[in-house]
Amino acid sequence: MPQVFHRSTNTIARVSIFGTLIVLGAAGYGLALINRSSYVTQAGIAHEQPVQFSHRHHAGELGIDCRYCHSSVEVGAKAGIPPTQTCMNCHKQIWSDSPTLEPVRASFRTDASIPWIKVHDLPDFVYFNHSVHVAKGVGCETCHGRIDRMNLTWQQNSLQMEWCLDCHRHPERYVRPKEEVFTMGWQPAGDQLEIGRELVKANNIQPKTDCDTCHR
Amino acid sequence: MTQEKDANETLDLATVRAELTERRGRHYWRSLEELTRRPGFDAMLARELPRQAPAFLDAVDRRQFLQVMGASLALAGLSACTRQPTETIMPYVKAPEDIIPGRPLYFATAMPVGGVGTGLLVESHMGRPTKIEGNPEHASSRGATDAFAQAAILGLYDPDRSQVVSSAGEIRTWKAFVAAIGEVLEGQRATGGAGLRVLCDTISSPTLGAQVRDLVAAFPNCRIHQWDPIARDASLVGTRMAFAAEADVQYRFAEADVVVALDADFLGSGHDKIRHIRDFSTRRNPAGGMNRLYAIESTPTVTGARADHRLPVAARDVQRFAWALLAELARLPQAPANLPAAEAAWVTAIAADLRAHQGSSVVVAGEHQSPTTHAFAHALNHALGNIGTTVVLTEPIAQQSMYSMASLQELAGAMAAGQVQVLLILGGNPVGTAPADLEFAARLAQVPFRAHVGLYDDETAQLCHWHVPEAHFLESWGDVRSADGTISIMQPLIAPLYDGKTVAEVVAAALGREKTAYDIVRDFWRGRQAGEFERWWRTVLHDGVVAGTGFAPIKLGLQAEWLKAATAAEPPKSEGLELVFRLDPNVLDGRFANNGWLQELPRPITKLTWDNAALLSPATAQRLGVVNEDVVELSYAGRTLEAPVWIVPGNAEDSITLHLGYGRTRAGRVGNAVGVDANRIRTAAAPWIVRGVELKKTGRRHQLATTQEHHSMEGRHLVREASLSEYTREPHFAHAMVHEPAKDMTLYPPHPYEGAAWGMTIDLASCVGCNACVVACNAENNIPVVGKEEVARGREMHWLRIDRYFEGEAANPTIHHQPVPCMHCENAPCEVVCPVNATVHSSEGLNDMIYNRCVGTKYCSNNCPYKVRRFNFFKYQDWTTESLKLARNPDVTVRSYGVMEKCTYCVQRISQARITARKEDRSVRDGEVVTACAQACPARAIVFGDLNDPTSRVAKLKADARNYSLLGDLNTRPRTTYLASVRNPSGDLDGA
Repeated sequence: MPQVFHRSTNTIARVSIFGTLIVLGAAGYGLALINRSSYVTQAGIAHEQPVQFSHRHHAGELGIDCRYCHSSVEVGAKAGIPPTQTCMNCHKQIWSDSPTLEPVRASFRTDASIPWIKVHDLPDFVYFNHSVHVAKGVGCETCHGRIDRMNLTWQQNSLQMEWCLDCHRHPERYVRPKEEVFTMGWQPAGDQLEIGRELVKANNIQPKTDCDTCHR
Repeated sequence: MTQEKDANETLDLATVRAELTERRGRHYWRSLEELTRRPGFDAMLARELPRQAPAFLDAVDRRQFLQVMGASLALAGLSACTRQPTETIMPYVKAPEDIIPGRPLYFATAMPVGGVGTGLLVESHMGRPTKIEGNPEHASSRGATDAFAQAAILGLYDPDRSQVVSSAGEIRTWKAFVAAIGEVLEGQRATGGAGLRVLCDTISSPTLGAQVRDLVAAFPNCRIHQWDPIARDASLVGTRMAFAAEADVQYRFAEADVVVALDADFLGSGHDKIRHIRDFSTRRNPAGGMNRLYAIESTPTVTGARADHRLPVAARDVQRFAWALLAELARLPQAPANLPAAEAAWVTAIAADLRAHQGSSVVVAGEHQSPTTHAFAHALNHALGNIGTTVVLTEPIAQQSMYSMASLQELAGAMAAGQVQVLLILGGNPVGTAPADLEFAARLAQVPFRAHVGLYDDETAQLCHWHVPEAHFLESWGDVRSADGTISIMQPLIAPLYDGKTVAEVVAAALGREKTAYDIVRDFWRGRQAGEFERWWRTVLHDGVVAGTGFAPIKLGLQAEWLKAATAAEPPKSEGLELVFRLDPNVLDGRFANNGWLQELPRPITKLTWDNAALLSPATAQRLGVVNEDVVELSYAGRTLEAPVWIVPGNAEDSITLHLGYGRTRAGRVGNAVGVDANRIRTAAAPWIVRGVELKKTGRRHQLATTQEHHSMEGRHLVREASLSEYTREPHFAHAMVHEPAKDMTLYPPHPYEGAAWGMTIDLASCVGCNACVVACNAENNIPVVGKEEVARGREMHWLRIDRYFEGEAANPTIHHQPVPCMHCENAPCEVVCPVNATVHSSEGLNDMIYNRCVGTKYCSNNCPYKVRRFNFFKYQDWTTESLKLARNPDVTVRSYGVMEKCTYCVQRISQARITARKEDRSVRDGEVVTACAQACPARAIVFGDLNDPTSRVAKLKADARNYSLLGDLNTRPRTTYLASVRNPSGDLDGA
């Protein structure tokens, strides 16, 4: 009986089977890449704001403490965006006629909020609490990056769940002494893992990975 | 509907009886359908979600549906790769002191209902009130609340509230109203206000009382009328009869060993029910000092359900029973002659028990009973030496004692006679709540100038020349007394959403002294405080109570004359049907009709939602040949009303109960055309109990949405109960009922639970089934309202339900309530079947439900033996109405369609407490986490805490002999467990 299929069919079959797998794999990989890309996460993208506020100038060059503006970071879930009043505390005196600051003065005059664009925007089903992280020695810099070097502010990290879980599973890789939480550019004096392990023990750091830690 | 019934079907009582006698021992049943074994009932129960989806009735067939579904699923997968929309942050311009974004503040205020206050603490998130709790410092609530207070949040944000001042249908301004009223009152000045009438609710507010006196001073010939549909007339008149003085009665149930309720639902209705439940429940602990409750009542109430002995007696015959009891106890010369033998046995037994507890018993008469019954109750308490110990007389909390119905009748008469030129209706909805024979609407139309202040543009507002939107109590400055006399200053939690005015502001404007409510209240109190006013003011605002304003007891002597008259004539023979009007347990007189949480809340006994019905006993229904959902025509004194029938086991024979507050036409989108308006056959002469009502079948049917038959648990040992003597003999009785498998009998690895292990106990001996927990859960967890049709399909979304079981004879069953939240099983059947890990076990033993992972397979619900999981079949949540967005708890995700949800043990509160504890480097203290249901519970039946802490309250309760697991034989190892119920029946009435 003659062969129904030509011998080349074998090759075609192999190519199409493995080809399909490769294409599917590539597509999956591609989707995963897109999902982690800054197109989706918005990481690394600076946003134009109503006032072109520079953290580099205020936090870096002038050395204003983070908590001067983000005053509820140690007590509440939200770090807090400062009220216009906080801006005006200084800008009544300095740069009081700068055209850049007109939106701030307008807000103060008209009692209308400055509509800042949210840079770090968690999904609505995620509940993050700043105060407990700060209390346990997670530095501002650890999540927000070198804010003191950003002119316009961008989101340093992906804020995706795998990123959160990495630290919740291995806090020793990231924690720092409580007194260094608000320091920018802190470097561990020695091996981070070793220091981290001691800090985890000393500060009783037990990050939970239960779903209800963040989702409720 | 799958439960289509034959119109000719009648209730087969013989089968019910046969079924009941066949069963041995304690057995529980949920509905008459279950007992009659109607075909189809078992099949319905077997379904996971009964009456679910008469599937694909649309033109789209199943194949097409799957195609569309497949395509949309593929697209849904891709949508995960989209970015979040850009959001803005709007910070304060000048930040208010004390507000930390994301952290709530609490303010003390009080909720007036019918002029009587309940002390509250209100949670405010950045200026918007989201949740109400009881004020622990306040005697009326002591930290607990009722369903009305919990639902007040939804009432505040109700988008149907009246929003503008209007005149003859046109939008006007407040200024225009002030000018108009100033003008007409100027016209009245010449006659001293002879044509001026003011109609208001009961006024207990000292400030408003003073204002009304000012008004009377300015217009000496004007008349103030008072219409309080939550009538206390009978109680006031009865007290006056007995003591010849105006007085309020307070009961001290905590000190009472024996309580006799004469058609009195003191645990389920009335102004002081929170305190009653709290006091009563302290005496329901079988371990020591358990009281005994006898309930003589016409229709089952939560009081009757909690009673140790319950006797169904038609409402009209309760007076005779009270008389017989007094005759027996006080050895009166005349006793009622025609007392049936069954009742006589009860009278003897109760009298013996009361006699053994002189000075530590309470006899309480129902608000809708006759004044004479109230007087009998007073005489009984007097004869027993209870007055001054368990029954305390105080001065009335009303600024001016008035009998509501008489006052309204007088006003209606004056309107008909043309004596009223100007009528100010300050709050309330008399057109919607007045009995039909007053023809209030028609007579109102004859008044030349009529103005209405109210929360809603309702039936009354529509008939008035002017309507002014009233400020909600959460928007108002004011003051109010609670039932014990304690004064609270009410402070607003939010500025009026719609520029509403308080009644005090309207009266001030009428007096020509326009002032803000804040100034009115402060000016009133400023003159009455010795010492520094500001400090006093801040203290009372902070505490929520003005210390020392509770009434002291007064001493009054019992009169004798009325007794001669009351016992002179035989009570009329009980013939024909009686009709009893009651305030609805959920919407009262209709004032809460537009509140979806209360409409959808199953009524405590009937488990009906979104309707009222003519409630009948099974035997009466059989005799009349009617079944559930039959529409019948009730007629009385030439007026007729059509209402659906609902059969209630334990209802008195020949007695129909109909709840007020329904059939409204201008309640709002939620409350319009819900149920039937009982006021249409109600008369002012007999506003509560009517004899000789005719009932006629119409042949039509009306579907009622009940949650009764859903989630049936197939007659296993769910509620466990023993009598006190059984309990004393065998405290572990609840364990003996089923065999629970050993802890290690599972294929799954054990969970270690190293930190906290959250657990809950629910004490069935103290729970009365008042529903406060269910509404508290709604408010705390952003639970949507689904509507009548969805409830009828078994799709109500309540995370916490209260199951109601019947036990024993259909004519007079024992009634049990059992709250069922998620059990948070340690071996949870739901967790292992979820294909996407959307429900998982936490390290602290919670069954976490992760909405963003859920794809809606519903396997978990299918596998849950407790049926506590709820599925969002549609977008039940209102995502568009702006005002409702303000009501939501920002700490809880708002769920959309296609997602399963269930009780989380208020995980947001656990998280908050854990974060606080961790910041302070300690573990969570006992009592730091209180779930919403436990916090609301007036009976303190629900206790939550850490099982790994042996000193915690919940750990101690779990060690109690009465502690048992629901369906523990399934080895689910629930974290929510129950303390078995214990009742304290007397030996004398066993079998009665």
